[in-house]
Amino acid sequence: MQNHPVFFDNDPQSELSTLNLGPTHPATHGVFQNVLQMDGERIVSGVSTIGYIHRAFEKIAEHRPFYQITPLTDRLNYCSSPINNMGWHMTVEKLAGITTPKRVDYMRVIIMELARIADHIICNGVLGVDTGAFTGFLYMMEYREEIYEIYEEICGSRLTTNIGRIGGFERNFNTIAFNKIRKFVKAFPAVLKEFENLFNRNRIFIDRTKGVAPVTAETALSYSWSGPLLRAAGVDYDVRAMEPYSSYEEFDFEIPVGENGDVYSRFLVRNEEMKQSLRIIEQALNKIEKEPADIFHANVPEFYLPPKEEVYNNMEALIYHFKIVMGEVETPVTEVYHAVEGANGELGFYLVNDGGRSPYRLHFRRPSFINYQMYAPMSQGMLLSDAIINMSSLNVIAGELDA
Amino acid sequence: MGKITNQEVLDKIAAAFGDVVSVTGEPHNLLTVETSREQIIGLLTFLKNDPTLQFIFLTDITAIHYPEQEKSIGIIYHLHSLVNNVRIRIKVFVADGDVHMPTATVLWDGANWMERETYDFFGVVFDGHPDLRRILNVDDMTVFPMRKEYPLEDPNRVDKKDYFFGR
Repeated sequence: MQNHPVFFDNDPQSELSTLNLGPTHPATHGVFQNVLQMDGERIVSGVSTIGYIHRAFEKIAEHRPFYQITPLTDRLNYCSSPINNMGWHMTVEKLAGITTPKRVDYMRVIIMELARIADHIICNGVLGVDTGAFTGFLYMMEYREEIYEIYEEICGSRLTTNIGRIGGFERNFNTIAFNKIRKFVKAFPAVLKEFENLFNRNRIFIDRTKGVAPVTAETALSYSWSGPLLRAAGVDYDVRAMEPYSSYEEFDFEIPVGENGDVYSRFLVRNEEMKQSLRIIEQALNKIEKEPADIFHANVPEFYLPPKEEVYNNMEALIYHFKIVMGEVETPVTEVYHAVEGANGELGFYLVNDGGRSPYRLHFRRPSFINYQMYAPMSQGMLLSDAIINMSSLNVIAGELDA
Repeated sequence: MGKITNQEVLDKIAAAFGDVVSVTGEPHNLLTVETSREQIIGLLTFLKNDPTLQFIFLTDITAIHYPEQEKSIGIIYHLHSLVNNVRIRIKVFVADGDVHMPTATVLWDGANWMERETYDFFGVVFDGHPDLRRILNVDDMTVFPMRKEYPLEDPNRVDKKDYFFGR
C-alpha cells in the first residue's frame, strides 16, 4: 500500500506548521505519536502512528500453553492488569467448561473492581494534572498504592500481577489481605469525596473540560467505543450487566451514564464508577463470609497446578504437573469469544482452539486500540490544549493499544 | 441470554439470504455463520439495519490462517446487537492468492483500524478502505507475520520441536 499520507504542507508560503506530538511527550502518557498540522493553536488535521511497543502477543500466544499466556495479558492494560488476567482465565474456563466455586467468583470480583478503581484513579488524576491541578492526582495516588499493596499481599507483585490461575487463585487471601481490602473500602469513599470536591464544581476545571470533544451516542457506537467513554456518550452498555461473568448478576450496582460524551462527562462517569465498584466490593466481602473459607480454586487438576510439595510426594500430582507444564491437557476443539468489562471498555478474547498445546489463534479485542482511532478525526478544529486533555480522558494505555 | 434466540436470528437471515449464508455452529451459544465475499457487505448491512435484529455494534474484525485449506484466509466479524443482547460471528474464507475483501468502513467508522490491523497481520486487502496502511508493524515490512508460515522463533532451532514431546 502507499506510504505515510503526505499531508505536510511543504509550501514555504504556507501559514500552517507541523507539530510532532510524541512519540515520547509527557502529555501523551505513553509511546505513541500524533503528527499534527497546526494553524496557530488550532489543529487542522492529524495522523496517529501507533505500534511503538508492539510485542506480537498474538503470535507469541500461538506458541505458549494456556497458563503461560496470563503474563502476556498483564502487559495489555498495565494499569489494571488483574482484569486482563481474570478475563483470560475465564476464557479458558469457558473453553474447557470449568465452573468456578462462588467464593472464587467473589474473590475475582473484589480484585477486578479494585483494579478498575486503580485504573480510574490514574485516568482522572492525570486528567486533573493536564488541566493544571496536581493536588487531586497526588492525593489519590496514595490510594492506588494501597490497592497495589493488596495485590502484593495476594500474588506478590504489583504492576504486572499475573494474579490468579485457571480455575481460581494460586493461594488463598490471607487475613492481612482481607484487612487491607476492608481498610481501603472504609477509607476510600472519603478520599473520593474530597477529590470530587476539588474538581466537580471547580470553575477552572469545568471551563477546561465541559463541552470539550463532545461525542454523540451515534458516533461513539459507529466507532465501536465501549466502556466509560461510550457510557459518557449516553449508551448504557456494560458487559458486567449485559453478559454477567464471575457472578456479577448477584451484585447490586448501577451503570452511570453521561449526557454529551465530553471530557467532563467522562470524568464524572469514571468517578461514579469508582463508587459503584466500592459498592460491589462491599457486597462481595459480605458474600464471601458465607462461603467456606478454604476454597480458593476449582477442583480441576488437569488445569490447576498442584502444590509443589505434593508434586514431589504424590504420583497423581506429579502426573498432572507434568501434563500441565508440557501442555498435554486435552481441550475441546472449538472457538470461544469471552468479553469482560475492562477499565477502558469491552476487553474481548477470541480463542480458536485446535486441541493442541497452545491456542491455534488468539485475538485480543483491545478497547484502547478501538477507542483511540477516533482521536485524530475528532481533534480536527480543536485547540491543542483541548486535544491534550481529550487524550488523557480517553485513557489510552500504550500496552493495550499495541498488544 | 438475549431477547431473541439464535434461531430467530437465523430464520431472519435465511428469509433474506437463503442458502448463501450457511450456519457452522453455535459454539458457546454464539451463532456462527459463514458467507461469501460477494455477500458479506449485504449481510452486514442487513444485520445492522434490520429493525428487529439491530446488530449496530461492530465488536471486532480479525482473521485466521489455515494453510492446509484451499481457501486459507478467514476473515471473522463479531457483531453485537445491544438491544437484543445477542452476538453473531460471521466468517468469510478467501483463497491465498486473492485475498481481497470489501471494506466495512462504509457501515462502521470503527472498522477502519480493525481492517488495518487485519491487513497488517494477514495481508487481507480491504477494497475501498480509505487508508489501508500497516498499523502496528513497521511500514517497510514485506511479510504478513500472523500467517502460519512465519515462525515465531528461529526455525532452525530443534530443541522445541513437537516430536520431542511425543507429538
